[in-house]
Amino acid sequence: MPTKAELAALMQLPDDRGHFGPYGGCFVSETLIGALQDLDRTYEEMRKDPAFQAEFDADLAHYVGRPSPLYFAERLSRENGGARIYLKREDLNHTGAHKVNNTIGQALLAKKMGKPRVIAETGAGQHGVASATVAARLGLECQVYMGIEDVRRQSLNVYRMKLLGAKVIAVESGTRTLKDAMNEAMRDWVTNVDSTYYIIGTAAGPHPYPKLVRDFQSIIGREARQQCLDQVGRLPDALVACVGGGSNAIGLFHPFIEDEGVRMVGVEAGGYGLETGQHAAPLSAGRPGVLHGNRTYLMEDDAGQIIGTHSVSAGLDYPGVGPEHSWLKDCGRAEYVAATDEEALAAFRTLTRVEGIMPALESSHAVAHALKMAREMDKDDVIVVNLSGRGDKDIHTVASIDGIEF
Amino acid sequence: MSRIANCFARLEQNGRKALIPYVTGGDPEPAVTVPLMHALVAAGADIIELGVPFSDPMADGPVIQLACERALAHGTRLLDILEMVREFRQQDDQTPVVLMGYMNPVEAIGYANFASRAREAGVDGVLTVDLPPEEADELVEVFRKENLDVIFLLAPTTQESRIRSVCEKGSGYVYYVSLKGVTGSAALDVKAVEEKLAEVRRHTDMPVGVGFGIRDEASARAVSEVADGVIVGSVLVNRIAELTKTPEAIPEQVSTIIAAMRSAMDA
Repeated sequence: MPTKAELAALMQLPDDRGHFGPYGGCFVSETLIGALQDLDRTYEEMRKDPAFQAEFDADLAHYVGRPSPLYFAERLSRENGGARIYLKREDLNHTGAHKVNNTIGQALLAKKMGKPRVIAETGAGQHGVASATVAARLGLECQVYMGIEDVRRQSLNVYRMKLLGAKVIAVESGTRTLKDAMNEAMRDWVTNVDSTYYIIGTAAGPHPYPKLVRDFQSIIGREARQQCLDQVGRLPDALVACVGGGSNAIGLFHPFIEDEGVRMVGVEAGGYGLETGQHAAPLSAGRPGVLHGNRTYLMEDDAGQIIGTHSVSAGLDYPGVGPEHSWLKDCGRAEYVAATDEEALAAFRTLTRVEGIMPALESSHAVAHALKMAREMDKDDVIVVNLSGRGDKDIHTVASIDGIEF
Repeated sequence: MSRIANCFARLEQNGRKALIPYVTGGDPEPAVTVPLMHALVAAGADIIELGVPFSDPMADGPVIQLACERALAHGTRLLDILEMVREFRQQDDQTPVVLMGYMNPVEAIGYANFASRAREAGVDGVLTVDLPPEEADELVEVFRKENLDVIFLLAPTTQESRIRSVCEKGSGYVYYVSLKGVTGSAALDVKAVEEKLAEVRRHTDMPVGVGFGIRDEASARAVSEVADGVIVGSVLVNRIAELTKTPEAIPEQVSTIIAAMRSAMDA
């Protein structure tokens, strides 16, 4: 654990060029530099502006439905044994996941910057839906890039986006998943930079995205911290969240960074198992490199080529991770582990059957690891799990694993 | 004097402009690249930009993305590209070679390791598309020690206030991206390029190469009237893509495009 002074310093990051220690930064081609500098300037002005904060808070309250509850999963905790498990219910947000916290904030930025068109990349489709939703509300043109593999896995969300008026572009290049959708969105942005705002969905990408996505998502941790104090009478012993790009995890973790007694555990997608190489766990089994505008842990080969990832959950199927997680790992403030497809699917079924809450397959990774941790902890200990999204979108995937086609 | 500086000095004496073809190393197969480089030089190329294939070429359009995929399918990696340059140098000690690619392969083998191997192989300059000068201090210092030129990009969106700092950090030449978009995008607007170059020249004496959107003799000639160098990529790579079944025909067929541009520029 870093010292108190080091923890306080962590709270001040990133620096003014977007660095978290050696990670983050702004690695993009020259054409985008001006747009990113404009975005940073606008964001810094807006975040100091009480009127902007009031508008953001009002949207979160009346449109998203915040605060989301902190729910004590009593039966789950009892049957599992060990620590008490609380669920931060981001699945109850409008559109069904934490993603909307960020798209609300970025849509306000797009409006402020006078951009009539927004684009987004999406994996599971939750960020695409959340982007299409805010675009519909503000009357903005919206185009969403999605790997063709994910279009197949997440057809329900594809149709939702179309109903919301967005155009979904199926990306056929590379590995045809989230990373390729992000490449394609970047190519669109560099071409249409004057008219277009790029809503990045995770706390990764070039500066200032990791900072602003974290700030918009930090509502999760601020609420959870206060709710835990109110309901339990003290801070939790551990936080658990799934990590793909890591936006729900950084949103939960960040407000607790200086609370030394609170363990932070990020759960990556272990796929078929870390030993198989078929996973999406750069923090657990990758190494630092540069992709998509930032330096961070990546899944890559010895020659620096990005390698294909595998996860049962489209939203975690990404070879990189937000740069702040890379730094929290190196500093020893947060721990990162992996849960396999099989463990996540088992947790999906358990939570559904025991609590009547069907989690997204992404969030199921966090639930899986929390169940494991809880069994080794005392019954008075408290774990807060970020239930980042609901599982309706994954019913097709789970059904097909059960051999059922609709 | 470096090969690049020498090249521009010689061209200036002769009242000519640099013609700079880009091809992706290892596309469509490793054996094609060195003969192709020699054929391009014989057809009138002054500098060769050799692309380093990358799995996620974010700034490139579909033509060069596919070239990267073809090259990677044969296992061509950064160190293989250096071997190609070494082989090229056995017969050509004069034509500058600039590697163009993305950060991650260089990060993976380490700046100093890469720089010393690149210099030893006969590389003259390196252009890393996703490395703006703000992130480049360490790399520039390491590359300078090996006398490698670090070439940076300028774009239509680059504020005038930024041009000087970009140019001060770079050397060899500066690469002006003629349009907002990826490689292989629509045709460029020569008038707009001319106006921006006037702005650029107020801040640097370095030669300025212009790339993106140059696809035929007419556009090559028009750009050569306002720039110091004409950079041509996607049109060549497109021709390579058409010839993947007859790779032995690639050096001759692709270099005829350069020969035609050369005569248009010199006419």
